[in-house]
Amino acid sequence: MFSNASNFVHGVDKAFLIIGGFTVFFLVSFTAIMIFFIVKYNRKRNPKATQVKDNTLLEVIWTTLPILLVLFMFYIGWEGFLPMRQDPKGAMKVKAIAQMWKWNFEYEDNKQSDTLVLPINKPVRIDLVSKDVIHGFFVPAFRIKEDVVPGKNNYSWFIPGELGDFDLICSAYCGVSHSYMTAVIRIVSQQKYDEWIAALSALPAASSNPGFTVLQNNACTGCHSIDGSPLVGPSFKGLFGSTIEVKTNGVMRKVKVDEEYIETSIYDPDKDIAKDFTHGIMKPYKNIIKDNDIKLINDYLKTLK
Amino acid sequence: MDQTKQEPYVSYLEHKGKYTGIRSWIFTLDHKRIGLLYMYAIMVLFFVGAIMGLLMRIELLKPGETIMKPQTYNGLFTVHGIIMIFMVVIPGLSVVFGNFFLPILIGAKDVAFPKLNRFSWWVYIAGCILAILSQFLKNGPPDTGWSFYAPYSTTTGTNVIMATFAAFVLGFSSILTGLNFIVTIHQMRAPGMKFMNMPLFSWAIYATAWTQLLATPIVGITLLMLIAERLFGIGFFNPNLGGDPVLFQHLFWIYSHPAVYIMILPALGVITEIIPTFCQKKIYGYKAIAFSSLAIAGVGFLVWGHHMFTSGMSNQARWFFSLLTFLVAVPSAIKVFNWLATMYKGSIDLKPPFLYALSFIFLFTIGGTTGLLLGSVATNVQVHDTAFVVAHFHYIIFGGMGFAFFGAIHYWLPKMYGRMYNFKRATIAWAIIFVGFNLLYFPQFILGIEGVPRRYFDYLPQFQPLEVISSVGGFILITGLIMMVYNLVQGARKGEIAPANPWHGSTLEWQIPSPPSLENFDEAPVVKSNPYDYE
Repeated sequence: MFSNASNFVHGVDKAFLIIGGFTVFFLVSFTAIMIFFIVKYNRKRNPKATQVKDNTLLEVIWTTLPILLVLFMFYIGWEGFLPMRQDPKGAMKVKAIAQMWKWNFEYEDNKQSDTLVLPINKPVRIDLVSKDVIHGFFVPAFRIKEDVVPGKNNYSWFIPGELGDFDLICSAYCGVSHSYMTAVIRIVSQQKYDEWIAALSALPAASSNPGFTVLQNNACTGCHSIDGSPLVGPSFKGLFGSTIEVKTNGVMRKVKVDEEYIETSIYDPDKDIAKDFTHGIMKPYKNIIKDNDIKLINDYLKTLK
Repeated sequence: MDQTKQEPYVSYLEHKGKYTGIRSWIFTLDHKRIGLLYMYAIMVLFFVGAIMGLLMRIELLKPGETIMKPQTYNGLFTVHGIIMIFMVVIPGLSVVFGNFFLPILIGAKDVAFPKLNRFSWWVYIAGCILAILSQFLKNGPPDTGWSFYAPYSTTTGTNVIMATFAAFVLGFSSILTGLNFIVTIHQMRAPGMKFMNMPLFSWAIYATAWTQLLATPIVGITLLMLIAERLFGIGFFNPNLGGDPVLFQHLFWIYSHPAVYIMILPALGVITEIIPTFCQKKIYGYKAIAFSSLAIAGVGFLVWGHHMFTSGMSNQARWFFSLLTFLVAVPSAIKVFNWLATMYKGSIDLKPPFLYALSFIFLFTIGGTTGLLLGSVATNVQVHDTAFVVAHFHYIIFGGMGFAFFGAIHYWLPKMYGRMYNFKRATIAWAIIFVGFNLLYFPQFILGIEGVPRRYFDYLPQFQPLEVISSVGGFILITGLIMMVYNLVQGARKGEIAPANPWHGSTLEWQIPSPPSLENFDEAPVVKSNPYDYE
């Protein structure tokens, strides 16, 4: 009757059916009673109302019964939920790193992937890390959702029970591309998983440019691509040294991108708005990105021809 | 009407005071005129918010970009939320009908502090102006959602400071109105009007006023903390500055959950007035209804955590908030039982106000019982932050508070203006609104269960049929709303002269002329031991 996509589907869907059942029952009963009364006691048929005395017993019953009923519904919900917070010891661990507006998954040995590949029938604990604002780790098919809160060590866990691709979506509003912050969770056999993880290369930490690390740590690359593709903001590729059109105080002008322009664009992004882009989207990074890091960024941008 | 009085009766609308023309409204101290001023402002703001909602529904007619960019969409749902929550539904019934009818229902000539009342109105308008300004200033409309979650709200470049400051100012208007109503109920009741003889709308306003007074300061401080963090980099909420984003959510919902009861309690009160009148029957379980208002207001203070079940709160907090959320459903259910019992053996007259009351019970039941699915932690995990939540709170706020508001206008309009609207047109408009409303919001329950998050600019192609039904519902709804307002305006201006008591109501407002005179009661009102005495 219930899908087996994860070990929580049964508990959640059972609660849905039971509480949802009461919902329908009450709605149908109240509506039926209203319609019955409207017909039976319509003024045309019943021109004079009959005054009725309050009945204490009736009131006690319709207070006590709902209390028992809601306690029961609470219990069903709690029973379905509690296992979600009891991750088994020895579960495989993956770190989900959220930033505006993409997901990254970090496996053991610093290996990273933008698809979450997992072996079937094996418990996995996902440690939720945010680099900027609050995101939501939501897999509808698995019936799991947990917020990814910056500065907090939140987690989710589950046992995948079906092979295939499942949608991971961001459920907590996080800005302009919120509805595009999705990723794929791919459940494969243990054997395929072993092959895949062996082929996954570790993040080339040593070769990484320090300026690129600054950009990544501040989630700049969520909006500014390094390969020329237009995202929310202008791409970094070929930017440095080029001449671009910007709007300053409402007037279009041409400007050459140099160290000074880059610094102004980071500290006071709304001062010059590049053509085809809108103001107010980027926050000022004054006091967040230090002078020294600006230099690293400039050095890196010079390499992006 | 009575010969013993020396001055002839002059309605509050025609009364000549110190000021004339427009100034007789801006500087009025009359609770009835202030109530009308709030009503006009709220109706205008409601239509502004509704048009924003309609624009969002047009955008969602097909996947991908339809008529606007994502940033515009994010600004729209934020501003729609700010207008509808802080300027329309939180003040809503309380400032319009609380102002107009609370004093009359308890046999008073005005609220306890008329000048404070006028000041609250001015503060409200100042807050509205600030909020509207925040849309047009240089950095673009706020894009945080109406809940202003940190750290997004502390870092985005848009006009968050202006918008939060507007909400802060609007909060003061709410606090002062709450204070005024509490003192009015304690001090201004007519001789013989004990607490237990008060009409139940007054009880609802009383419970609401305490919530306004006690809960609103918390959101005021929270928003000031947010502003301080943005202006001076004080790390309250941003973890990069040593703050805690979850702290913001706690502080925000400590107010904003009780705020839901600020919206809905007066609505329950209105329905409790309409039902006995149109059944010509004594309300069933007077005490249970009165005390359930207080119970909802009281327990409502302790359930805020159910907005945060996925935020990483401790397990203890999760079960505590879930349990209390389930318990707060009980007093609401009791009210519904009492309304149904009141209809039993009544003499039911299906006039427009009663139609709104019936549809209120239907929509409020859907809104309330889907609230159980959100209050249960297991199901909350699936539907939290999805379209299901959007559907749920529109059923409560619009289906509940909104329909009660429309019901209240249709019920009390003949008293407020002394004229009657067209029944046939009102009934047709009601039917269009009811159908449109359900088409608009019901599909969103299904979308949410299937996993479509809220605040999504785009969606997958398989969800398009339900999104289209929802958008079509939006257009039907707005058609009905325009028809309803047209009918009401026509009625208030040119309708037939209404008798003083067109519905044969038993409460005090129906015992005085329509529209009432400046001081409401030209002779001391006769207080009955039970306000719903139809014997």
